[in-house]
Amino acid sequence: MSTFLVQRLMQALVLLLIVSMIGFAILHLAPGGPLSQFAASGEMTQADLDRIAEQLGLNRPLPVQYLEWLWRMLRGDWGLSYRDQQPVLHIIASHIGATLELMLTSTLLAMLLGAWIGILGAIKRYSLFDSLATIGAMIALSIPTFWFGLVVIYVFSVGLGWLPSGNRYTIGDGSFLNQIHHLIGPCIVLALVSTAVWSRYMRSSMLEVVNQDYIRTARAKGLPERSVLLRHAFRNALLPMITITGLHVPTLLSGALVTETVFTWPGMGRLFLDSISYRDYPVVMGILMFTAVLVLLGSLIADLLYGIADPRIARNG
Amino acid sequence: MTKHSNETGRSAFPMPALHRREVLALGAGGLLAASGFSARAQTKAAPPPPAKPTGQVVVGLSQEPTAFNPLMPGIEVDETVWMQVFNTMWLADPQGNLMPDLAVEIPSEANGGISDGGLAWKVKLRPGVTWHDGTPFTAEDVKYTLELINAPGFKSRTRVGHALVKDIKVTGPLEIAWRMEKAYAPYLALLSNTYIVPKHLLEKAADPNTAPFNGAPVGTGPFKWGTRQPGDNITLVANEKYHGKGPYLEKAVLKYVPDQTALYAQFRTGQVDLIIGTGIPANFYEEAKKLPGRKVVMIPNASLEILMPNLENPVLAEKAVRQALYASINKQAIIDIIYYGTHKPTESFAPQESWAYNPNLPKQQYDLAKANKILDEAGWKRSGSGVRMKNGVPLEFAVSTTTGAALREQCQQLMMQDWQQVGVKMTINNMPAAVIWGDFYTRSKFQSLLVGTAFRTVIDPDPASRFASDAIPAKNGSGANQMQWQNAEVDKLLKAGQETFDQAKRKEIYWKLQEVAREELPILPIFQYAPIEGYKEGLIGFEPNINARQNTWNMGVWYWAR
Repeated sequence: MSTFLVQRLMQALVLLLIVSMIGFAILHLAPGGPLSQFAASGEMTQADLDRIAEQLGLNRPLPVQYLEWLWRMLRGDWGLSYRDQQPVLHIIASHIGATLELMLTSTLLAMLLGAWIGILGAIKRYSLFDSLATIGAMIALSIPTFWFGLVVIYVFSVGLGWLPSGNRYTIGDGSFLNQIHHLIGPCIVLALVSTAVWSRYMRSSMLEVVNQDYIRTARAKGLPERSVLLRHAFRNALLPMITITGLHVPTLLSGALVTETVFTWPGMGRLFLDSISYRDYPVVMGILMFTAVLVLLGSLIADLLYGIADPRIARNG
Repeated sequence: MTKHSNETGRSAFPMPALHRREVLALGAGGLLAASGFSARAQTKAAPPPPAKPTGQVVVGLSQEPTAFNPLMPGIEVDETVWMQVFNTMWLADPQGNLMPDLAVEIPSEANGGISDGGLAWKVKLRPGVTWHDGTPFTAEDVKYTLELINAPGFKSRTRVGHALVKDIKVTGPLEIAWRMEKAYAPYLALLSNTYIVPKHLLEKAADPNTAPFNGAPVGTGPFKWGTRQPGDNITLVANEKYHGKGPYLEKAVLKYVPDQTALYAQFRTGQVDLIIGTGIPANFYEEAKKLPGRKVVMIPNASLEILMPNLENPVLAEKAVRQALYASINKQAIIDIIYYGTHKPTESFAPQESWAYNPNLPKQQYDLAKANKILDEAGWKRSGSGVRMKNGVPLEFAVSTTTGAALREQCQQLMMQDWQQVGVKMTINNMPAAVIWGDFYTRSKFQSLLVGTAFRTVIDPDPASRFASDAIPAKNGSGANQMQWQNAEVDKLLKAGQETFDQAKRKEIYWKLQEVAREELPILPIFQYAPIEGYKEGLIGFEPNINARQNTWNMGVWYWAR
């Protein structure tokens, strides 16, 4: 087990290095830069722009800039944002709470709903419910999130006035109920698509299991249907879901680009989008590395959990 | 705005009688300007302001303020914070008159503040001003500010004008004097946008670039720094010891809503009290006007939407080509059909509200026959494909603009159709914002651009950094003359305009300059922006100001009528 862990960690480090190199290169080689936004207004002269580029070290060769970034990173210094001069980790920390709140609620909602729809659909395969669920999932998967978000705002905020049209809370009223009220809109939008995804996974996973021999054996033993489904089928059907959940962990913290923008949710997704459009290199690299670590950790945890949940999977490393 | 400030404001710049009366009305009547946009905005007599700061206002912004040190690089939206937390020595009112703020009067040749042919400057500062932490404000702070801007390692936003300052001397606790390397009239305007920072706080920092101050600024303004929720809002609180009028609001919240449509929705549902800056999208204008409990106003803005030709491009370098192109732009269709009739056509690079604006420039006429005639006479012959040729060169060029700017993309299509009819082949080459405004723009790598930009120095009409031949970055110049205009007469006029402080003389110079630009067409002006801003009824004191970078310029005197 420990050799397995060491091996996986070594692989992860190499992967992180490669990710950082590619990320850094693509980011810096893309035309434009953090000074573009100052140039458009015509207020700053070329002399000013050149001086600031020099002060930020933007005019040095790319490999030098990368090595310097890497060296700082290795010492735990993630750098300062070009945009607001704050440490990158501080900026990530100040956005992660909002994202976690939104993603956790919507994911939990989606998993519960999705599992229920998926199981029911698998048990009553080709029933009216199953057909409707399948059609519904296809529709939900095809709806663009930004459009659906705007529809929710238009109908429930502008039209009916039931929900706020965005934000995490009303300014000056940060009460719990107020926050829940604000959470409903973006949560519904995000959950819609994920519910569809989860229900499809759950359905196919369950279908695979219910046709297995041991389920037939369980039924032949005369076990009640409820016990067959929950104790024998469901537990086994959950196994592949562990991997999916593990891979889903990073999205919990990296946020939803579109929904956060439409609903003015101050989370990681929007931070990423804003940082990209501003070419705030330190923050973009910070988020990139942060997400890469999460992806690697997520899959590692999924592998470990899988081993625990399913003793058949042997470790031979 | 005291009566005293009106007096000094007047002595600094001779004003026409009408303006003077308006300014006096402003001083005497309190908050309501008797003229222009605010007159339309506020029709009834306003109730008096509260005795003590009460209530809050939520200002909706479509960009996020992130730079809080007012001397460091920032964009227009950052000024919404600077204007509240800091003060300048003087600032401009909507009519363009400078009003003293941290200074007691505007230095001029008449009052002796500017002497030796514009080389010696002397400013008297206002007594009794304190920083938000209680430390008294003195001339040392002003000296420190001007020196910091020029300090070698400091990432100052711009050194235009400031680089000419030398020999700064504190001549008394509230008196400061300096010399200039050359007479430079726009410096008065530049200082109206130079916020004074506290010496006692920044001096202590090991590196002013990374001082804690930059994340929690301390100033002398009507509002103090409160809290910041990154990516969401900044809350400012009333400075009850403010030296000027107000503040009347207890809290001011600057709320960031990244999407313009979402921002408008929040304005509709009442979550933001105001939309300023990028404003309400033109396509919602008609609807927004009818919203109950909301006031929607078209506000003046100094930015122009132009077609910027690269004058080093072999085709666009020819004046006849530019004139033919200009004659075949259907400005009225662009404004009425694409921009929902919200902006105003213009012929000049100067905003129409400026004292330097020349209203006598010839009006552009949409006339395809005239355009064809100009090109025929210039020797551009139609080829088999319909595209004109001259000496084997086709009359063809690309127009670039920001990807995703839907209205500009429609504008490109309209131009393309019109130009096709006069034998010009226009192609479209659009790029994302961070790409197009990089080297592509600053180093003049474009053929032509559709861009919204301004041609003045803060509020001064001087366009030297945009038009002078030594301001071409692509030719190692240090300005923003991206069209690469080189014209000896223009250089002479620009120099003369900077050297004199006499407004009448300067006006004459800039009128001439506008005539030359209208004839030579280094830029093809399409319209002057009039963005739409909106606010909730009952908000008193909101007064659009073309001479302020943001319409939160007077937020200290805003209050709610209830």
